[in-house]
Amino acid sequence: MKEAPILRVAGLAKSFTLHAQGVRLAVLDGVDLELSPGECVVLEAPSGSGKSTLLRALYGNYRVDRGQILLRHRGAVVDVAAASPRLLLELRRETIGYVSQFLRVIPRVPALDIVAEPLLERGARPPEARARAAALLAALSLPERLWGLAPATFSGGEQQRVNIARALIAEHPLLLLDEPTAALDAENGARVTALLDERRARGTAMLGIFHDAAARHTLATRPYPLRERNRAA
Amino acid sequence: MSDEPLLEVQGLTKRFGDRSACHGVSFALWPGEVLGIVGESGSGKTTLLNLVAGRLAPTAGSIRFRLGDGRVVDLARLPETERRRLLRDEIGFVHQNPRDGLRLNVSAGANIGEPLMAAGARHYGTIRNAARAWLARVEMEGGRIDDLPTTFSGGMQQRLQIARALVIEPRLVLMDEPTGGLDVSVQAKLLDLLRRLTADLHIAAVVVTHDLGVARLLAHRLMVMQRGAVVESGVTDQVLDDPQHPYTQLLVSSVLAA
Repeated sequence: MKEAPILRVAGLAKSFTLHAQGVRLAVLDGVDLELSPGECVVLEAPSGSGKSTLLRALYGNYRVDRGQILLRHRGAVVDVAAASPRLLLELRRETIGYVSQFLRVIPRVPALDIVAEPLLERGARPPEARARAAALLAALSLPERLWGLAPATFSGGEQQRVNIARALIAEHPLLLLDEPTAALDAENGARVTALLDERRARGTAMLGIFHDAAARHTLATRPYPLRERNRAA
Repeated sequence: MSDEPLLEVQGLTKRFGDRSACHGVSFALWPGEVLGIVGESGSGKTTLLNLVAGRLAPTAGSIRFRLGDGRVVDLARLPETERRRLLRDEIGFVHQNPRDGLRLNVSAGANIGEPLMAAGARHYGTIRNAARAWLARVEMEGGRIDDLPTTFSGGMQQRLQIARALVIEPRLVLMDEPTGGLDVSVQAKLLDLLRRLTADLHIAAVVVTHDLGVARLLAHRLMVMQRGAVVESGVTDQVLDDPQHPYTQLLVSSVLAA
């Protein structure tokens, strides 16, 4: 029997109004979706049909026009779409993790500290947070000589592993994954996939976009086709 | 999350003659939060900051501040002596130009030590040790403790000003373009420093900047101001990645990507 969902999306619609161009782009409409702990649901639709937009909306990075994003958080249900900025920041600290395709580099901050930061924000002690960060970077086989350096000069694959470690360290019960393995070679991609699958097996709920067939094959417990009707005209 | 805000601004308005420099601004700020205020020159950002700092008297509105002992006072209506005590003990201010926040004719150590003395510290050794510790904290050599700020570079002066503002461990710090006028490499160093200090000390901060890159790095939340009014606000990445208001869209699309 499936556990109660951690995420329930109902009637979600999202458009972009570009005032300077006088254009309104409708991207999503009527998206309904449920996600339970231990599931990895894979979004399926052609490029440009709003998969990343949906993930960003669920993370509160994009605002939505209509609909609810009901999330289980601290034993209650909250609507991400209606959350105050302060609540949204709390949801991101504790409940929703998000892996973007690229790391946003912070000048001068070493890789180890970038990875440890989400734990520190949750009140972990610095030695403990750094030890966990080191363990994750080691598991993702980022060479130890890079840990003390700011990632601005790292390769795309190295930056992406820092990004993934930062997203995984806080052990959020819900993970949104936007092509986490896209910048990685096969070996590192497989390592990330294995790590994610282990998290999923322990109960993390995942919603993701994977163009990488191997990752999709290992992780997906269920596809979610973003149908024509969900893609606003 | 602690549910009482540290600062609660409501309907804050400042008119100069018939011109409204700041109109009906409301927001709340909690300990540990950094609020960015963005907008172009003349949008009212600095007026708002000066109102909150008590450097200007508002035409209307309230600025409710929770004191260390739990009492809530309205900064806009506080007797002058208590307002001064508050600005000395609980609220730090960082000016865009470090020369406005430093005393240029006394040493670096005295610049850091003075606020402590004003707050009641008397023991010379303790004050000197605190000054030395703060120089290290803002990544300046302890050997410069007896030098005058005029012998420092702009970036060093700014770091010294930050040490002077934070040495009393204020609960709220107000910053006006703290990285404006500095070289990009110096800016990056300063941003990293401000990020760490606000997080480590669990300070609430309001940062005025016209630089959206600075806002993205420092601020948890943003308010966008145009012609004295707030036109949009939200979590920083939401405002910058999915701007709703025509003015915010214009600001975001005008940034040169490096």
